[in-house]
Amino acid sequence: MARLNIAEGETIIHVAGLRNAFGDQVVHDGLDLDVKRGEIIGVVGGSGTGKSVLMRSIIGLQMPVAGEVEVFGEPMIGRDEHEAKQVRKRWGVLFQGGALFSTLTVAENVQVPLREYYPQLDAALLDEIAAYKVAMSGLPPDAGPKYPSELSGGMRKRAGLARALALDPQLLFLDEPTAGLDPIGAAAFDTLIRSLQRTLGLTVFLITHDLDTLYAICDRVAVLADKRVIAVGTIPELLALDHVWIQEYFNGPRGRVAADAAERAGAAAKVKADLAQSGDDRG
Amino acid sequence: MNQPADFELDEGVLRFSGELTLACIGDLPQRLAALGEVPGRIDLEGVDRMDTVGAWLVHRIARENHIQVVGADDDVCQLIEQIGEADKPLKIRPDSSPPFLRVLREIGEGTDAAWRSLTGLVGFFGATLIGVWGLIAHPGRFRFNAMARQFEVVGVKALGIIGLMSFLIGIVIAQQGAVQLRQFGAEVFAVNLIGRITLRELGVLMTAIMVAGRSGSAFAAQLGSMKLAEEIDAMRTIGVSPMEALILPRVIATVVLMPLLGFYAAVIAIIGGGIFCWIDLDIPPITFIQRIQEVVPITDLWVGLIKAPVFGMLIALCGCYQGMQVEGNAEEVGLRTTASVVQAIFLVIVLDAVFAVFFSSIGWL
Repeated sequence: MARLNIAEGETIIHVAGLRNAFGDQVVHDGLDLDVKRGEIIGVVGGSGTGKSVLMRSIIGLQMPVAGEVEVFGEPMIGRDEHEAKQVRKRWGVLFQGGALFSTLTVAENVQVPLREYYPQLDAALLDEIAAYKVAMSGLPPDAGPKYPSELSGGMRKRAGLARALALDPQLLFLDEPTAGLDPIGAAAFDTLIRSLQRTLGLTVFLITHDLDTLYAICDRVAVLADKRVIAVGTIPELLALDHVWIQEYFNGPRGRVAADAAERAGAAAKVKADLAQSGDDRG
Repeated sequence: MNQPADFELDEGVLRFSGELTLACIGDLPQRLAALGEVPGRIDLEGVDRMDTVGAWLVHRIARENHIQVVGADDDVCQLIEQIGEADKPLKIRPDSSPPFLRVLREIGEGTDAAWRSLTGLVGFFGATLIGVWGLIAHPGRFRFNAMARQFEVVGVKALGIIGLMSFLIGIVIAQQGAVQLRQFGAEVFAVNLIGRITLRELGVLMTAIMVAGRSGSAFAAQLGSMKLAEEIDAMRTIGVSPMEALILPRVIATVVLMPLLGFYAAVIAIIGGGIFCWIDLDIPPITFIQRIQEVVPITDLWVGLIKAPVFGMLIALCGCYQGMQVEGNAEEVGLRTTASVVQAIFLVIVLDAVFAVFFSSIGWL
């Protein structure tokens, strides 16, 4: 039984020659980026390099001045509303502040995309789906009937993630998901995304400033600078490059700490695996 | 590739096939619910693809009937396991109560809210007076620029619309008055009507309604959005008093401008009425102005000018008070803005009635 039709290496997001400008201020100029199916791609860059604008261009909230954007092999620029909707239901977006609908409860927020695209689902199933999505995103059981204004920032992010996952999307856009979370919450969030990505075969487009997240879950990292993507690759590949910003970013004090932590986590996992292995041998 | 999800029950084995995903699920949940028999086993061999919704359906059947799931590969097993972990009782909706109790509670809450809003407004008036006293004691803290800005927004920019409104009202009063008075051959008294009613009542009242809709609502929305964005908290922590920086400039500007705008509205209405009289009743402007001077006592002007700042105070207080009460979400800003306009216009009309009785009883008829 083939559960997922994963053709590894298939391009999910294709951005070429993208140019974005607000008045005279050019944000992107000749930006190229390809995201492969099933990978978690981290997008990093200094403040104001247009990470969020890139995401908004891909999901069609920002009309680029020039360039092409394809998602799932479908061109996204200049599509009519109906066609764009068919593509939109295959992705989920988590905005920076959660962007929950403030007049709906958390459970109702999760149900909004389901009701919009699948009106034939009955109310009981909708409630069940909302319940397990909310639980999966790590919210406590009493969070369902609460309104966004009653939630903390971290809980709002989780509720936003539950809504982004409502349609079981193949592609997930996350805009700084761990910003503003405590380290324990951020680590749990990383684990959650990683495990969802594995079991659901998600492709994740992740904007982040969190070096721990980059080391922990990203398959590849794209670096935005000078109005374009200057490099894409695994972290070791990026470290081998001789670019001032990249070196400063990953080899700065925070970068080194995150690298050490990732190394220790990796080593611990290896030790555990070895122990289990030796246990099996003895058994 | 997108084969719709389906199942068959074969000798106690529930066999799923096709794509067990949200997009392909169709009426599967209803059909599963209508299934009378309890299956002994679930077979996923024929499933092409599965997402969390499919996993949930499988998990639910397995849990309810305590049966085994077979034919799933590792990924699917893990998915179902993950869903199983997320299967916790979760409240979806707030508890609801019987309709009768709900109506009672809404009446109670409405009364309480109205009372608190009134006392809150009185308290806010007190706080504003204390703020004014603070400015008198320390004139250096007076924010001239903020107030000049409010003068522009509340006053100068309102001149056009208030002028147009008053001009039309003047014409309507003259026309309606002339039609009615003509029945008695007394259409020349339309001049009395225009002069007295605009200076005494309508000039100020209509201006107050316009200012409440234009500026009172703007105050509530501005302060409400600032409250939501924590700007007001930020001000407090920096040591800037929101009362001095935001509220007093608005209140003072409205109090000072209302008499000016009210007088301006009355004058424009008289001009409008005068033009109508000239065209329709053949009363030349010179005669019209002379008649106005003769028939309108100066106390009518004072009545209008005394009421105006009080109305201005009310409008600004309602706007700022409601704005400062915003908490929680964006919907609240809208509700509070509406409330500020409704409250302001209501209180203005109530006070207008009080003033009418008062001025009559002191002999300013």
